[in-house]
Amino acid sequence: MTMVKAINNALDIKLNEDKSIVVYGEDVGVEGGVFRVTEGLQKKYGVERVFDSPLAESGIVGTALGMAVSGLRPIVELQFDGFTYPAFNQIASNVSRMQNRSRGKFTVPMVIRFPYGGGVNALEHHSDSPESLFAHLPGLKVVVPSTPYDAKGMLISAIESEDPIIFMEPKRIYRAIKQEVSEEKFTLPLSKAKIVKEGSDVTVVAFGAMVRECQKAIEIANEAGISVELIDLRSIYPIDRETVGRSIRKTGRLVAVAEAHESFSIGSELVTIANEEAFLSLESPPRRVMGYDTVVPLAQGEKYYIISPERIFYEIEKSFRY
Amino acid sequence: MIQKDLPEVLRDFNPLEDKVLRVIDNDGHVVNKKMMPSLDDETIIDAYKKMLYERVADEMAISYQRQGRMYTYTPNLGQEAIHIAAGLNIREQDWLVPAFREMGVLLAKGVTMKEMFLFYLGNEHGGSFKNANNTLPIAISIGTQFHHATGIGYSIKQQKKNEAVYTFIGDGGTSEGDFSESLNFAGVWQVPVIFTIQNNQYAISVPVESQTKSINLAVKSVAFGIPGIKVDGNDFFAMYLAYKLAAEHALSGKGPVLIEAFTYRLGAHTTSDDPSKYRKKEEEEEWALVDPLLRLEKYMRSNNIWNLDVEALREEYKKEIDAQFVDAEKNKAYPIDDIFNYMYSDMPQELLRQKAEYEQFLSWKENKK
Repeated sequence: MTMVKAINNALDIKLNEDKSIVVYGEDVGVEGGVFRVTEGLQKKYGVERVFDSPLAESGIVGTALGMAVSGLRPIVELQFDGFTYPAFNQIASNVSRMQNRSRGKFTVPMVIRFPYGGGVNALEHHSDSPESLFAHLPGLKVVVPSTPYDAKGMLISAIESEDPIIFMEPKRIYRAIKQEVSEEKFTLPLSKAKIVKEGSDVTVVAFGAMVRECQKAIEIANEAGISVELIDLRSIYPIDRETVGRSIRKTGRLVAVAEAHESFSIGSELVTIANEEAFLSLESPPRRVMGYDTVVPLAQGEKYYIISPERIFYEIEKSFRY
Repeated sequence: MIQKDLPEVLRDFNPLEDKVLRVIDNDGHVVNKKMMPSLDDETIIDAYKKMLYERVADEMAISYQRQGRMYTYTPNLGQEAIHIAAGLNIREQDWLVPAFREMGVLLAKGVTMKEMFLFYLGNEHGGSFKNANNTLPIAISIGTQFHHATGIGYSIKQQKKNEAVYTFIGDGGTSEGDFSESLNFAGVWQVPVIFTIQNNQYAISVPVESQTKSINLAVKSVAFGIPGIKVDGNDFFAMYLAYKLAAEHALSGKGPVLIEAFTYRLGAHTTSDDPSKYRKKEEEEEWALVDPLLRLEKYMRSNNIWNLDVEALREEYKKEIDAQFVDAEKNKAYPIDDIFNYMYSDMPQELLRQKAEYEQFLSWKENKK
């Protein structure tokens, strides 16, 4: 199944299993979401559990917090990455803090899902990668699947978590990858990176849609005789420093790949991990291959911004030949 | 017209015409017999005593802060009628989603002064209100709590529970986007939420005239299709009636109500604020004449139910409140664990590492001695 189908399947399983779950957001009911992630769910579970909300992201997230502290387990969809900003105050001021503020009297079992990332020739505010904004907020967990299988298992775990989860979906590969995924229920850990491919020369760390671009870069690297170890981070916060550190100690090199703006990014965090966990093993300066500190350009300019397999390979080779 | 959804006695109070619900005048005389809630003498005496208790607790909190024994505090002076009226209506199973100037309602939900003091002494355990059923912590981020109230309202409706939500905001908060968004959501969802605007005329230093061009704040309900009513917030009986009818409305599945409680903050915004910078002494003196305690006392005297020795009561309350403060003050234990343990249900490795590193530093410091 595709990632869209896998997420839909995860929602279906949980809605069926747990009556306290509600799913809402803009266009998620009748239309089934602009990407059809929630298609068919309203029909199956009714308008009280799967519904269209008024168009206000702060309201969607703020009301979900109210539901989460009073017996429901809301899963809300924000329509696009760039539309998460109106909800930022609720997320930063309340969702992430309510458990601490109430000394555990209330937990906040809610999931905020949204499609993120570029490469789809979209309008402004439809191509952002805001993971570091959320990963910087104490009290949240931020996860990004890169395959349909992971999307399903991680979403089910996210829904079952008592902590609020930011669940970012790489829209560029919503339908680009098909994979055998069981219709049965299964869960995956939310804090573990995955070694996608083992290698010995350079560690490449990526997540979401960039994993596939890295896999293409690795094919070029193979031909050039460079052995790359590819890690899919899966969880942004908490970050799996153990898996990343171990790999860098083995290869001595790090290339961190992500779509977001480079400064103060997940790439920066990975370079810190290289320093803290693998300082004496480093053979070359850890590198970030990331978007610029610019707005993601519209379709015509996006080719300069978006990270291609060639550019990833270019950096892998530079790291290797340093 | 939305007002037609309200109970019959409230329909005349159309906020578009800037009508104000008032039962007693400034001298405590009943001006609207039809609106007088049927309360026995006991209840009225009890309400006065609760208002006095809140007043005394407030004065003492300010004094502790002035003595350097407590941190920043947000006084309630002058707004007690609203709190005690809401407190007498809110039930064990109802939800309270406070802002930060609703002490009397919190006390009604079972919060103790010790907890309040502990909170203002800088300990989150005080602010958790763990013994108060269905009560959220104080919300400092202006206006955001209205969404939480609406969401709780959705839970209640969806789970078909017999509960209402009471939530509060200030006049300044009505300029926040979350205020309008939440009333809109609540209207669409028809949830059992009683939204109260405590219009105490100032948002720190900014007067209501600088917040809005609306003729009053209750009128903001009209655009969202929900009933709204402006009430004399210093009139205990008017506030009591408003809450009683709003609760009946909400609990009968008719949706939310917006109440504007028109009042005045007799004290400062917080203990760090100096109102002389932005308002005239004459204005404060005028409002002191319509103090809600004074008005209720006048009513009670003219109806021959005044039997209270206020000075004796004040002494009794002071003693009791001081004991709670001293108890809270003694509680200096704040283990390191407390800053980490409540962030997540399932603590991430990164936090465990950070905590371990800090503990290493502490043991280094200990060994150096």
